[in-house]
Amino acid sequence: MKLVIKNGRVIDPSQNIDGYKDIYVEKGKIQGLYAQGKAPKASKIIDASKCIVIPGLVDMHVHLREPGFEHKETIQSGTTAAARGGFTSVCCMPNTNPVNDTISVTEFIIDRARKVGSCTVFPIAAITKGQMGEELTELEALMKAGCIAFSDDGRPVANSLIMRRALEYSKIFNVPIISHCEDAQLSEGGVMNEGLVSTIVGLQGIPKAAEEIMVARDLALCELTGGRLHIAHVSTKGSVNMIRNAKARGVNVTAETCPHYFSIHDESLISYDTNLKVNPPIRTAEDMAGIKEGVKDGTIDVIATDHAPHHIDDKNIEFDAAAFGISGLETAFALSYHLVTENVIDLRRLITMMSLTPCKLLNISKGTLSEGADADITVINTEKTFKVDAAKFQSKGRNTPFNKWVLKGTVEHTVSMGRVFDWS
Amino acid sequence: MFKSKHLLGIKELSPDEINHILDTSSGFRDVLRRDIKKVPPLRGKTVISLFFEPSTRTRTSFALAAKRLSADDVNFSVTSSSVVKGESIQDTALTIQALGADFVVIRHKSSGVPHILSKILNASVVNAGDGANEHPTQALLDLFTIRSHKKKFKGLTVSIIGDIAHSRVAKSNIYGLTKLGAHVRVICPPTLMPAEIDKMGVEVFHSIDKGVRNADVLMTLRLQLERQSTGFLPSLREYFKLYGLTQERLGLAKKNAIVMHPGPMNRGVEIASDVADGPQSVILEQVTNGIAVRMAVLYLLAGVKK
Repeated sequence: MKLVIKNGRVIDPSQNIDGYKDIYVEKGKIQGLYAQGKAPKASKIIDASKCIVIPGLVDMHVHLREPGFEHKETIQSGTTAAARGGFTSVCCMPNTNPVNDTISVTEFIIDRARKVGSCTVFPIAAITKGQMGEELTELEALMKAGCIAFSDDGRPVANSLIMRRALEYSKIFNVPIISHCEDAQLSEGGVMNEGLVSTIVGLQGIPKAAEEIMVARDLALCELTGGRLHIAHVSTKGSVNMIRNAKARGVNVTAETCPHYFSIHDESLISYDTNLKVNPPIRTAEDMAGIKEGVKDGTIDVIATDHAPHHIDDKNIEFDAAAFGISGLETAFALSYHLVTENVIDLRRLITMMSLTPCKLLNISKGTLSEGADADITVINTEKTFKVDAAKFQSKGRNTPFNKWVLKGTVEHTVSMGRVFDWS
Repeated sequence: MFKSKHLLGIKELSPDEINHILDTSSGFRDVLRRDIKKVPPLRGKTVISLFFEPSTRTRTSFALAAKRLSADDVNFSVTSSSVVKGESIQDTALTIQALGADFVVIRHKSSGVPHILSKILNASVVNAGDGANEHPTQALLDLFTIRSHKKKFKGLTVSIIGDIAHSRVAKSNIYGLTKLGAHVRVICPPTLMPAEIDKMGVEVFHSIDKGVRNADVLMTLRLQLERQSTGFLPSLREYFKLYGLTQERLGLAKKNAIVMHPGPMNRGVEIASDVADGPQSVILEQVTNGIAVRMAVLYLLAGVKK
């Protein structure tokens, strides 16, 4: 199919472009950017007036739940939610059942995504077999099968020696080790941030130290080994400060945060809304400010969603028993765009954090509108507002604390490998 | 008078509402002194108690309060959590409602369960203790007991001694006492002190000798004996040595100080027997007042337009 996206403001940080241009797409590839009205004729025209036209967003941290938890999400529903949110590539964490620690699981995910997916899926394999924290997985085979990073997300490698070996061994392939930083003994039993609010509502707290101890350990191991460390879902100001210092002395570390860590703080928990239960937990207003500071000064490289869809039965119970996680794909851009409207970062940097940077970190040849690149393009109206309606999510997971929020920045069209989704 | 048809916590009440409950309780306290202890206002109403945690005294107290008001009182006892039982707490509560409950009195080990249920039930939800959050009727009966001895709250110093971190009784009392103008001190080892509690307007002590000095009310809390095995304390013996309320320590408080305990007591752990049984103890009075306060709560909630 021949496609032209016209009249839009094209912003492509990879080519240093910000201007009104038309994009011509054919055979799933970007054929070129043209002056307005100069693109070749096409069968499909997208009028992107009043919209920005940007590289398809890339989310390096999602949970697609398949195989094993298809009642929560499938590769089909999860990738459609991604496309709805403007994402054209997602990287899925290995905590499925079975765990993605062998090539058969990796191949299943990639094959399934090609058949039923609405965007490209890059699997992240487990660091250790079964996420048990004991023996390394076969990194070479898994990468050859298509995995782009390694993580024991959710069940962090507790044994420092194993983590050291992972950071060392992964240097062969120049591949990042993604760490969910949590001292599981210190956080045990906790369901929200520890502080005044946890005292008020009487829920068991998870201290910030549970995250920061592991950030400190992993930074030390990263410095020791020279491996590539990527810290997932940074939630505390203390973590930001440590990562900032480590970067300043040349440690090979990168970091991500998620929209919920800079959009809400723990006072919301007064409501006992289980959709606010997430790990790491929603922190304090001070942490929220610290995260924004880290986003602003570049300490935090990437915005990812940690999209963690759950079935309503996993959330519609008492707070202590409810599952951790937020369904984040379909609100991520608009929540993040708020950073632009409140002048934390500019639009170009936001787009970079949500497309080009994760691609660079993971050696993915996406996140660009350059000639010959995969036609992964997102068209967003940044002036239009919408009211979040979880019931209309493409994701099976309706577990969002942002339901009914009015947000600015609507995804109008998503083009994924040349396939067009019109949302409005 | 009452904004809500539910009693979820003291946190949600205004000082006026608290005082109104205490005033109403006085009337019912008089009823309980009569030979015939039953009055008719809740005839035809049904109170169902739903206890997910074992409880004898609170459940019995609520049952008696309902009976004294001529309500039908039914006990729906479940000791396991919803996860173990395979039925969600919401389903259990809706079942109770379908059975025709006007009041659901609920206790659960998980904080916030009464709040979650109050959003889906038409019946009045009365919190009989949720996790480490609140136990509002216990605090109301404590406030009632204090008021009957001390007349007013302004200027009073109340020392709460014990496992503050895990105590919904302490929490509800902190809200109630501070709202009514009393000065509250909390005394316990740092391992049992909840995060940032000083920001709730209380004074924090790790030394009982300092914490009870010149106090008007000494409120000791039950120590769950498993706190020792879970690393909060080295031994119960050391806990009693450092935090047990003894006659000697009672002597540091005001001469007319009263001693309270929500029960059941661990004698020799948080309180010495001679103090518990001594002339300054009002512990059994608290139990009797509990019925009057719970009658007042049910009575007042029944009057809220639904």
